[in-house]
Amino acid sequence: MANMTMIEAIRDAHDVAMEADDKVVVFGEDVGFFGGVFRCTAGLQEKYGSSRCFDAPINESGIVGAAIGMAAYGLKPVIEIQFADYVYPAYDQIVSEAARLRHRSNGDFTCPLVIRMPTGGGIFGGQTHSQSPEAIFTHVSGLKVVIPSNPADAKGLLLSSIADPDPVIFLEPKRLYNGPFDGHHDRPLTSWKKHELGDVPAGDNSIPLGKAHVVREGADVTVLAYGTMVYVAEAAAEEAGVDAEVIDLRTLLPLDLDTITDSVKKTGRCVIVHEATRTCGFGAELMSLVQESCFYHLEAPMIRVTGWDTPYPHAQEWEYFPGPARVGAALKKVMED
Amino acid sequence: MTQDYEPLSLNVPEPGCRPGDTPDFSDFEIPRAGAVPRPPIDVDPDKIRDMAFSIVRVLNKEGAAVGEWAGALSADELRKGLRHMMTLRSFDARMLTAQRQGKTSFYMQHLGEEAVSCAFARALEPGDMNFPTYRQAGLLIANDYPMLTMMNQIYSNADDPLHGRQLPIMYSSKEHGFFSISGNLGTQFVQSVGWAMASAISGDTKIATAWIGDGSTAENDFHAAMVFASTYKAPVVMNIVNNQWAISTFQGIARGGVGTFAARGHGFGIASIRVDGNDYLAVHAVAKWAAERARRGLGPTLIEHVTYRAGGHSTSDDPSAYRAGDEAAAWPLGDPLERLKTHLITIGEWSEERHAQAEAEILAEVTAVQKQAESVGTLGDGKAPSPRDMFEGVYETMPSHLIRQRQEAGY
Repeated sequence: MANMTMIEAIRDAHDVAMEADDKVVVFGEDVGFFGGVFRCTAGLQEKYGSSRCFDAPINESGIVGAAIGMAAYGLKPVIEIQFADYVYPAYDQIVSEAARLRHRSNGDFTCPLVIRMPTGGGIFGGQTHSQSPEAIFTHVSGLKVVIPSNPADAKGLLLSSIADPDPVIFLEPKRLYNGPFDGHHDRPLTSWKKHELGDVPAGDNSIPLGKAHVVREGADVTVLAYGTMVYVAEAAAEEAGVDAEVIDLRTLLPLDLDTITDSVKKTGRCVIVHEATRTCGFGAELMSLVQESCFYHLEAPMIRVTGWDTPYPHAQEWEYFPGPARVGAALKKVMED
Repeated sequence: MTQDYEPLSLNVPEPGCRPGDTPDFSDFEIPRAGAVPRPPIDVDPDKIRDMAFSIVRVLNKEGAAVGEWAGALSADELRKGLRHMMTLRSFDARMLTAQRQGKTSFYMQHLGEEAVSCAFARALEPGDMNFPTYRQAGLLIANDYPMLTMMNQIYSNADDPLHGRQLPIMYSSKEHGFFSISGNLGTQFVQSVGWAMASAISGDTKIATAWIGDGSTAENDFHAAMVFASTYKAPVVMNIVNNQWAISTFQGIARGGVGTFAARGHGFGIASIRVDGNDYLAVHAVAKWAAERARRGLGPTLIEHVTYRAGGHSTSDDPSAYRAGDEAAAWPLGDPLERLKTHLITIGEWSEERHAQAEAEILAEVTAVQKQAESVGTLGDGKAPSPRDMFEGVYETMPSHLIRQRQEAGY
């Protein structure tokens, strides 16, 4: 057990996987010698050599396309897109190729590939360093979509993603890289150091994909969240004085529907929180599934608290970001309905 | 002041002729067969820049094999090559008819381009991986992939190896070095470079081949592939099949004013060669040269195969709507089958009689295989893949939401 930031935990997961299997190769922009703009691959090139960890040209489609070819050969590429906001040039490769290779070739070729990308806002990243594009991946058959919220999960889920035989989109909330964040931007920053969730088991501590985690038990309302919004939801529940059950989904696809429905059937109410824009966001799918599965248990209309349907702004960061005040108001409202 | 300038106008390239015109290839420069020398495989790409503006040709007008690229293939190998091309052409003709008869939804021919994939296939080693487009089935035919399996795929019947999931002709065979075909153009070009990088990372000696058409070189992944191949010196042979047409669009729209497609390799420091795509011997010799170069760790090669798409783009296309009807006949590089046939006859290793006999044998074989495939089923008629199967293979293990949907669908 060691105390780590999320960055260190992600780096450690790479290290464990590369040590265990020489088929694991790591590359992306600035990933090699420099160790990544967020330091998530620091030291890996030095330790494993430049044929296992290397810098790539600035070409997202090329990075993903080459990795698909490598995966088809039999390697296990773990690649980085520097910001999720810059994944779009690779969308064709991800959707048309990585996601479908197994199905269209009837298993003749497969694509064991992990695409890591820092995601989310709350860092004054403006339009192209803040986006949460998870819904454009959860809509794609053949992909898995994972988003951790703490160092131990980041390591355990990344190890499972690397071991997974199918392509995994691994979204890393960059706002959580150095410490938890509950949306109170006016308060001092907290660090993962000395935080219990910063304690990360050594070695291979895989956390299975497709399993949600109840981070706060409660009786009155179920809050479905992931990434940074897990902490926002917890803070909002405390501040609003609502006995909310907060579920960190951890894997969006495949989704742990059982944990969700068990909770909503218990509480009878549901609030869905994500940073991404609202319309056709992942919250819409969650709302549909809960409606289908828990209709007769629902005592109030479900509420989504999300980013607005606008590009992510710069100066208006905290008016955009669904902070604890907005989430708290939703919790109170759903209890009054 | 702005009044000093003439109004700007947009340049939109046009092909030399359109329906009703007389085909004119008079400005298409064809070097003499044997004129282009064969450089050593470790040549500095910079030293052979002129090869991207010329055309490697072996067979001359009289059907003789001449120059430094000649002499690599025995008469037996050439007869085999001719048989592969004839088989592909016969297969195409039968499947085109089958589509017209409603036995399948779609087909794409290789008419006029048979030498490119058939000759290339014979230059590779077992274990090498091709990343083909939808117009390189010669790679399968020349690697003895069963025609029956190809037809089962085209008919989407119960014996289709892809279980009816894929559009006809989107074959896949890892065993035969044929990567799963995707409908999305250009994507496989960069994947092949990744495969080659993986071979290099693993210390293997296998090589990859990339395939793309003239039109698709305009796709972003063409650029990505060139950068990656060049940067990592990947063991890959990158093939552009310039058949002059991308559906209705002539190659000048994709080429962007550059003299040739091969010349694009220069900006990336990649050895770049143009070859007569209708000359079986030239395609094979250049492929062998490039494959050897890749296998010895000397880096990637870009090959532009200069050929002509003699047939329609697909069964959904009518070329008479956009090009002169007799353009294929006027194509100055001729027909690849006729040229190899003439060569074999010229060197006394073939005859009209033997050719007619081979044609009859091939037709009988293809027809027999077709009957066998059709006895299993054709699209919408006979034994079909199970609907239950469409839920399989999305992931290695079926997740619960797919199990629920499969049950909901009644399977």
